[in-house]
Amino acid sequence: MNSDIFVVIEHLRGQVSDISYVMLAAARGLANATGGKVIAVMLGHDVEALARDLAADRVLYIEHAAFADFSSDAYQRTLENVIKENAPRAVLFGDTTIGGDVAAWLSTHLALPLVSACRTFRADGSAPKFVSQICGGKMMAEGDLPAPTALVLMVPGGYKPEQGRAAQAPELVHGSAPALDDLRVTVKEYIEPAVGDVDVAKEAILVAIGRGVQNQDNVELAEELAKSLGGVVAGSRPVIDQGWLAPTRLVGKSGKAVKPKLYLALGISGAPEHTEAIGDSEMIIAINTDPTAPIFDIAKFGAQVDMLDLMPVLTEQVQQAKGLA
Amino acid sequence: MNIVVPIKMVPDLVEELVIDASGARLDPDALRLRLNEFDDHAIEQAILLKEKGAGQVTVVAPDIEGVDDALFTAAAKGADRLIKLTGNWNNGVNNHALARVFANFIKTLRPELILTGVQAHNDLDGAVGPQMAEHLGMAYVGYVSGVIVSDKAQVRKEFPGGMIAEMNVVLPAVLGIQAAEKPPRYVPISKVRATMKTAKIETFPAMELETAGAPTTVRLFQPETGARATMLEGDADAVATRLVEIFRESGVL
Repeated sequence: MNSDIFVVIEHLRGQVSDISYVMLAAARGLANATGGKVIAVMLGHDVEALARDLAADRVLYIEHAAFADFSSDAYQRTLENVIKENAPRAVLFGDTTIGGDVAAWLSTHLALPLVSACRTFRADGSAPKFVSQICGGKMMAEGDLPAPTALVLMVPGGYKPEQGRAAQAPELVHGSAPALDDLRVTVKEYIEPAVGDVDVAKEAILVAIGRGVQNQDNVELAEELAKSLGGVVAGSRPVIDQGWLAPTRLVGKSGKAVKPKLYLALGISGAPEHTEAIGDSEMIIAINTDPTAPIFDIAKFGAQVDMLDLMPVLTEQVQQAKGLA
Repeated sequence: MNIVVPIKMVPDLVEELVIDASGARLDPDALRLRLNEFDDHAIEQAILLKEKGAGQVTVVAPDIEGVDDALFTAAAKGADRLIKLTGNWNNGVNNHALARVFANFIKTLRPELILTGVQAHNDLDGAVGPQMAEHLGMAYVGYVSGVIVSDKAQVRKEFPGGMIAEMNVVLPAVLGIQAAEKPPRYVPISKVRATMKTAKIETFPAMELETAGAPTTVRLFQPETGARATMLEGDADAVATRLVEIFRESGVL
């Protein structure tokens, strides 16, 4: 085991995801505590240039045509070798659709400990600790970063992506991929998000609804409220999964990240998968009947009333206010 | 097609979460458990596949409180076989141990497809699915929101920003389900009760729990709430009035 911190860089279709920079920022703090280096590991096909702004001491770039798309199989086999050869103190992955398919498999395969939902590390003089965000953001779990090599799945929120960006290109070394010609998981094609509908990422006013909307009929109340405010309706995962709103309206982990002037969160509890995508909003106002809902921790204003009671009266009052203006 | 769906129970977040005297875990006496919602989607996806062609759906769960209801509900929706694994679950179980237990038992069922929830809100040591896949030597794809099976599986995997990749996966495989193609169907409680009279839950002993691979929680705490929202008091009318003022002040109106 050495003291280096490896970060598996996530990128898709020519773009490095924000979580990669968040992890580099986290890795720097951890490496300062362990006395090691931050090594960014990038598996890709003709995307070496993407490594330019990674805040790492070194980039280990592994080129292979199989990395043009994300295949869990290809990542698993390649990273297995990287970890075995280097035995770093920790390997950070995004707790995402990419990292999630890889890290837990590696943990079992290499018999190495795994921590998921990690938001921050603490390294105040003693052994480094992980702090994970669980139970829909309602609980934090803290413990010693397990040894010898901790595999860690990281969620956003604990570090700013800007801290993981560098002005100068880091040193880059090339690694080699194992044979990857019999992959069990391959991409056939990509389906782009539907166009024609509104782009919630670009809207200034979002009326976002969650589980609290209860049924499809009530969605209309939100539509009316959004209309009165000159905004559009967005939703959290449960609303989209129920088919009450189009998938293009999804705000969260596998949907859009938004930055409106007003984010009115109605009946949304504020699970990390959702809140990670609304942090750049200018003002979040949360309406929820559950006083312990984590959404109140990030909102500027909140009210503990039923969204179904509030929506019609608020629509009316907004309309009146506009009429008087 | 032989489809197996391993499920787990998780704390119901609607209830207040109480930390026990050790300070490192949730008080089991204050917990109400419910089926992991992603596992509910995995059950639905399995039943949708069964309805599209011949197939058998087996639901497997650790024998803990509340699991009978979850199993009978799955049967009322169309699951064919219900299995409970008995063991020393009293002190809770991490996903590394659970994945070993599931893999060890499920291999005896010789499934062609294993569907399970992509995650659970209390996962601290990764998801069960990819770990099971490794134990069983199967391929794994998670964050799946649609499955078609033939001699292989064609799955829709979600990526951020609403993009979806259509992927081919060699069978047998484990798929981590994010969302079934249709929302989990509702079954009236009367139908679940009727199913209880006819359906049978089979019981098998789980292998010895082996928990290695998971971190140890030393301290559990509620997130610091430094900048908590300013709460607007009163009923819906009063809140609406105050909100309109806030909208005006901030230039929204």
